Amino acid sequence: MTEAIRNVSAPGLHGPMTPHFVPITRAARETHDVVTLHLENPDPASIFTPGQFNMLYLFGAGEVAISLSGDPEKRDTLTHTIRAIGSITHPLDAMKRGAMIGVRGPYGRGWPIDEARRAETVLLIGGGIGLAPLRPVIYSLVRNRGAARRVIVLCGARTPDDLLFAREFANWSGPDGFEVHSIVDRGELSWKGRVGVITDLIASARFDPSGALAMICGPEVMMRIVAGDLASRGLDGARIYMSMERNMRCAVGACGHCQYGPTFVCRDGPVFPMPQIAPMLGIREL
Amino acid sequence: METLERLLREHPFLESMEERHLEFMTGCARNVRFASGDFVFKAGEPAAAAYLVREGRVALETHLPDRGTTLVATIEQGEMFGWAWLYPPYRWRFDARAVLPVRAIALDGPCLRAKCEADHDLGYELLKRFLREIDRHLERSQLQLLDMYRVNL
Amino acid sequence: MEPPSHNPHQVVIGCDALDSLLDNIRNDGFRTFGPTVREGAIVFAEISGARDLPSGWTEIQDAGTYRLKRRDDGAFFGFAVGPHSPKKHLLPPTLRLWRAARDPSGTIGLVEGMPAPEKIALIGVRSCDLHAIAIMDRVTMSGTHTDPYYAAQRESMLLVAINCSDAGGTCFCVSMGTGPRATSMYDLAITELIDGDSHEFLVEVGSPRGAAVIENLGSRSATESDVAAARAVTDRTANQMGRRLETDGIKELLYANLEHPRWDDVASRCLSCTNCTMVCPTCFCTNVEDTIDLSGSTAERVRRWDSCHTTEFSHLHGGSVRASIKSRYRQWMTHKLASWIDQFGSSGCVGCGRCITWCPVGIDITEEAAAIRASDSRRTQRSGTED
Repeated sequence: MTEAIRNVSAPGLHGPMTPHFVPITRAARETHDVVTLHLENPDPASIFTPGQFNMLYLFGAGEVAISLSGDPEKRDTLTHTIRAIGSITHPLDAMKRGAMIGVRGPYGRGWPIDEARRAETVLLIGGGIGLAPLRPVIYSLVRNRGAARRVIVLCGARTPDDLLFAREFANWSGPDGFEVHSIVDRGELSWKGRVGVITDLIASARFDPSGALAMICGPEVMMRIVAGDLASRGLDGARIYMSMERNMRCAVGACGHCQYGPTFVCRDGPVFPMPQIAPMLGIREL
Repeated sequence: METLERLLREHPFLESMEERHLEFMTGCARNVRFASGDFVFKAGEPAAAAYLVREGRVALETHLPDRGTTLVATIEQGEMFGWAWLYPPYRWRFDARAVLPVRAIALDGPCLRAKCEADHDLGYELLKRFLREIDRHLERSQLQLLDMYRVNL
Repeated sequence: MEPPSHNPHQVVIGCDALDSLLDNIRNDGFRTFGPTVREGAIVFAEISGARDLPSGWTEIQDAGTYRLKRRDDGAFFGFAVGPHSPKKHLLPPTLRLWRAARDPSGTIGLVEGMPAPEKIALIGVRSCDLHAIAIMDRVTMSGTHTDPYYAAQRESMLLVAINCSDAGGTCFCVSMGTGPRATSMYDLAITELIDGDSHEFLVEVGSPRGAAVIENLGSRSATESDVAAARAVTDRTANQMGRRLETDGIKELLYANLEHPRWDDVASRCLSCTNCTMVCPTCFCTNVEDTIDLSGSTAERVRRWDSCHTTEFSHLHGGSVRASIKSRYRQWMTHKLASWIDQFGSSGCVGCGRCITWCPVGIDITEEAAAIRASDSRRTQRSGTED
C-alpha cells in the first residue's frame, strides 16, 4: 500500500508500522479452525504477488503475518485464509463482516510465476494451511498458463475435514492440463480418496522432471521431505521453491526476529529457491 | 491361466520378474473383484493372500468404539498389500475394504510360501520386492506419526 | 607524511573554551548529552556543562569487570566507553509508534503517530560509536522501508567526537578498523592534549554546523606540532588495545563451524541474560507491544528493545526455533560477525568491548572467535587420520 493514502492527517511521524484500518467484507468458514477473511483493499491501485503476505492487526491485541490467498486480479479485496492457532488468530477466526481490522503490506518475495509460465510442468504442493499461499498462483495460472503444458496441484491434510478449498478443486481441474490430487493422513468411513502422506502423491504423479518447476508450502518438515523427494526424482534444485516461516514482528526487515541464517524471511523470503536455503535446512535451531 | 500370467507380468510389483518365476507363481494366482464397500479381509482373520491391485482403491482401516472407523492407508491401482501370511501368526492386523470398485490378483499365501521354500531363487526375488513395499509402508507410517499438520500448543 | 584531514579547519582551545563550546551548542537549541559519573560508572546522560564531565576519572575494564579509578591528571575524557551508546537516542529503548481509537460503532481511526525527536548533541562520542552510527544508518535506512524516527533524529543530532587517549581493557577497535581516531561523520572532533601543566583541546571541524559552533570561541589555529601531538595521542591508544579479533575470513569461518563444539562450551557459561545485546551499539532488534486501555477504545503500539537471547524471540506456534542457549548465543555471535556482512556489507562489530565488560560471566567474543579459528572444523576434517 502506498504511503500517500495512509491516514496521515493524524499528528506525529508515520512509518511502515502504521496499519490501515479496513472493514471485513466477508468471513467464510473453510474448516473447523480455518476461516477466509475478505478485507476492503485500502489501495486498489497496488497489486500483490502471489506468495506475499500482509500483517493483520487485531485492535489492541497485536499483529500476525498472513499470506494473501485470493486472486491478485480482484483488486478491491484483500483475501486471507487464517488458521486459528494463537491469541490473535483465534479472535480473527470469530470475526464477522463489518468488523474493522488493521492491515499493512504486502511484504516479501513471492512465488516465481513468470518462471513457472516458462516451465513445461508446474507442481504446486500444499500441505495443510500451506495450500492458502499457493491459491493465488493457481488463480494466476488458470487465467494464464503461459507455455506450461501441465499444472499439477497436490494437496495434503490431516483429515478430510481439514482439506482446504476442496470445493474449488473441480474448478481448478477443469481446464485441460490442470490436475488436482489430494491425500489425507487419516480418513473416516465416508472418505473415498487417498490416505497416506503427501509424498505418495509425488510418487504417483507422472511427469518429466527435467522440465518441471515446483512450489512447496506447508509445515517445514513436510517441505523438507517433499523437496528431498523431488530432488530424488530428478528436479533441478534451482527450480524448487519453498515458503519459509519464522517469528515476524515488523515485516520490514528492521526488528530482526525473522532472521534465518543471513536472510530476513520477511524481506528475502518467505519464498526461497532451494539452493539458497539448502545449507541451512539441516542445521538444528538455526 | 495364460491371461493371469500376463496380468502378473504387467503389474508393477512384479516388474523385471523372470518368466520362469512368473510361470511358477501363476499357480497361486486368481482374479478377484470387490464392489465398493466390500471387505477384502478383516483384522484377526487368517492372512490368506497378497493382493496386487489392478483397478480401484483399498483402504486399510480400523474401528474403535469411541472413535469409529479410521482409515490409516489406501492402496492404489498398481500397488499391492497384504503380507501377514509371510510370518506367524499369519493373521491380518487391520481391516481392508474396497472404497472404490476393485479388481485385483490374489496370490494365495500358503501356496506362495510353499513355492518359495521349493525355489529359493523365487523366494529371494519375492522377498526383495516385499521388503521394498514394507519399507515404503514403514516410512509412510513414520511420516504419518509425525502428524505434521498438527499445531503445537 | 600526514594525510590531509577531513576539513582543514583545525583549532586549539583551552578548558574554559570547552565549557563555552557546550554553551554554544545549548544556545543553538540542542540538549547536550555526554559522559558523566553516575552510580559508579561513566554513563551517557544529559549534561549542563564541562563540570558534569568525568574530569580526573578513568575506568578499569576487563571481562565481566568495570571499575572507576581516579586519574592523576584532570583529563575530561580519559576513559573508553561505558554501558551507554548513541543507540539510546537513535533507537530509543521505548518508542510509541502510534495510537488509535475505536468508537462505539467499531470504526477505528489513527489518533497520532510517533513523537518528533528533539535536537540533541552527543558530546564525547568515540570513533567506534561513530562507526556504529554508520552501521545503524545502513540497517535502518537502506532497505525499502526507512525508520522515520531514526532519520529525523539523525538529522537533528550534533556529533562532537572525542579521539581516545586511553584504550579500555576490552577495546579492539584497531582489529575492526573503527578507531581509535575519528575520521568522518562528526561535526566536531576533539583530541585532549595534556602536557605537564598545559591542558588544551585540538578541535577539528567536520561540518558547517560544527564550524558555526566554534566560531566565536577564542581559539588559536592549530600548529603542526599540535596536530602531531594529537596524532601521537591516538597512536599511543592504538597500541594499548586490550583485545584483538582476527577478522580475516571470519564470515566463512563461522558459517563453516555452526556445529563446532565450542558453542556447547560457551552455552555452559552463558546465562542468556541479554546484557550484551543491550550494551552493544549496533544490536537493533526490537519488539512491538500492542496494548489497549481498560475501556477498549484506545489502542497503542510501542516499540521496545528486544534481544535474540530470549526464548520468546524466535517463538513459532507452540515453541521456539532457538530453544537452547547454545543456539541463541550462536545466533548472536554469527549474526554480529558473519551474517551482518552479507546483510549490510560490513561487520556488525565495532570493537568497543562493551559486551565483554558487561557480561556477568565474562564471555569474550574475541576469545570465542579465536577458539573456533584454532580448531576450525574445515581443517580438522581434512587432516583426519585413519585409525
